[in-house]
Amino acid sequence: MKTPVATGLAIGVGLVVLLGYFIPVGILSNLRQLLVEWAGILAAVALLVGIFNLYYVHVSKIRAGHEENFYSYVLVISLTATIILVGWFGPVHSVSRWIFNHIQVPIESSLMALLAVILVYMIIRMLRRRIDHLSIIFVITAVFMLITASFFLYEMPVLSEVRKWIIQVMAVAGARGILIGIVLGIIATGLRVLIGTDRPYSG
Amino acid sequence: MTLVNIFGLAFLAVFLILIIYYATGDRKLALTNFREIKAFSTLRRAVGLALEAGSRIHLSIGRGNVIGPQSAIGFQSLSILNRINQFTAPSDRPTITSSGEGAWMVLSQDTMRSTSQAVDAPFDQTQGRLTGLTPFPFAAGALDITLNEEVATNVLVGNFGGELALITEAGERGGILNIGGTDNIPGQAIMFTATHEPLIGEEVFAGGAYMGAGDTHIASLRAQDILRWVLIVIVLVGAALKLIGVL
Repeated sequence: MKTPVATGLAIGVGLVVLLGYFIPVGILSNLRQLLVEWAGILAAVALLVGIFNLYYVHVSKIRAGHEENFYSYVLVISLTATIILVGWFGPVHSVSRWIFNHIQVPIESSLMALLAVILVYMIIRMLRRRIDHLSIIFVITAVFMLITASFFLYEMPVLSEVRKWIIQVMAVAGARGILIGIVLGIIATGLRVLIGTDRPYSG
Repeated sequence: MTLVNIFGLAFLAVFLILIIYYATGDRKLALTNFREIKAFSTLRRAVGLALEAGSRIHLSIGRGNVIGPQSAIGFQSLSILNRINQFTAPSDRPTITSSGEGAWMVLSQDTMRSTSQAVDAPFDQTQGRLTGLTPFPFAAGALDITLNEEVATNVLVGNFGGELALITEAGERGGILNIGGTDNIPGQAIMFTATHEPLIGEEVFAGGAYMGAGDTHIASLRAQDILRWVLIVIVLVGAALKLIGVL
């Protein structure tokens, strides 16, 4: 397919989905729903392609004889075993659930626990790297929130009010400000794709 | 058609008109009309240094859903990838991308294939990778790239949550420059502490303009600036009307 055809198709489909969202006319809404469903199916197919890619990348690393390919062996063996076992027994069988509950969940929980330590370490590293007004405000707020959220300080009259004010006023105002900027960026990106100046497809 | 829908459609129409207005004729804007964003200056320098040193850029698109609102940040990431790959594709160590969603892997490969063809450089499918489907496996795969693929700079532009800290930590240990921005609010807090050059809020959506992706990117920056003020006025007027009891 040549690029102008792909671009025309993308613009046409984008316009139908957009108008179907704003103008709730029967045919437009139905067409929009159908196209979004197709997109969902294509995303699922892309997921399968992605898993094949993951497999291919690590098999290629093993074949190339890289020094650091221990994890590639682990990935290829565990991926193959999981596909065979879950494919054979089905996703709700006790064997499949055992794999999920006794391998995946503990590993992810360990990484989550590790994350808490890494975040503290990163704040210290940030202060060594750049000390500006934003960093200082960030650290003071984080330390204040941690201290006031713990032990008996949580219930102390003035501190708990200040804490509530930071969460309900300052944090919400800041988050909304950031969100307005992000939403404008999202709309601008969508419109550029819609008019065909951004083409995340080669056609 | 409700009043909200009419307002929404009108807002989009005005946005589109402003983009087209500032992207055409003698109204075109130069990037010098806008403030400097240090992260993009650093990224441009990092691309040059990576080429000279024979090292690699790793761009991570995150794990946002391609058919949800997170797709916009993914497309922004692809615009940046498009520009970076035009310079790095002919090198010994071309850019590698990581993502946590199959569709982003396909789109990143497609982007790199087309830019590689444009500069007459080879393309290998293993340059665009899916590293995992849930947050931590995705991060584990991305940090494997960071540590073992001669990476000099991590560009993290996409939808990230807490797992981002694992990738940047690996980068820090390897002496790698971390640059990034995300559309996720908790992710932004982590991005601020974890990267050398964080992109805050909408700055991440200026990536295409600051990396030289075209006139419409710069025009959309001006449109965003104008409409941001319009929204600020609407919010303030709404708050004032509420205060005096009209609303």
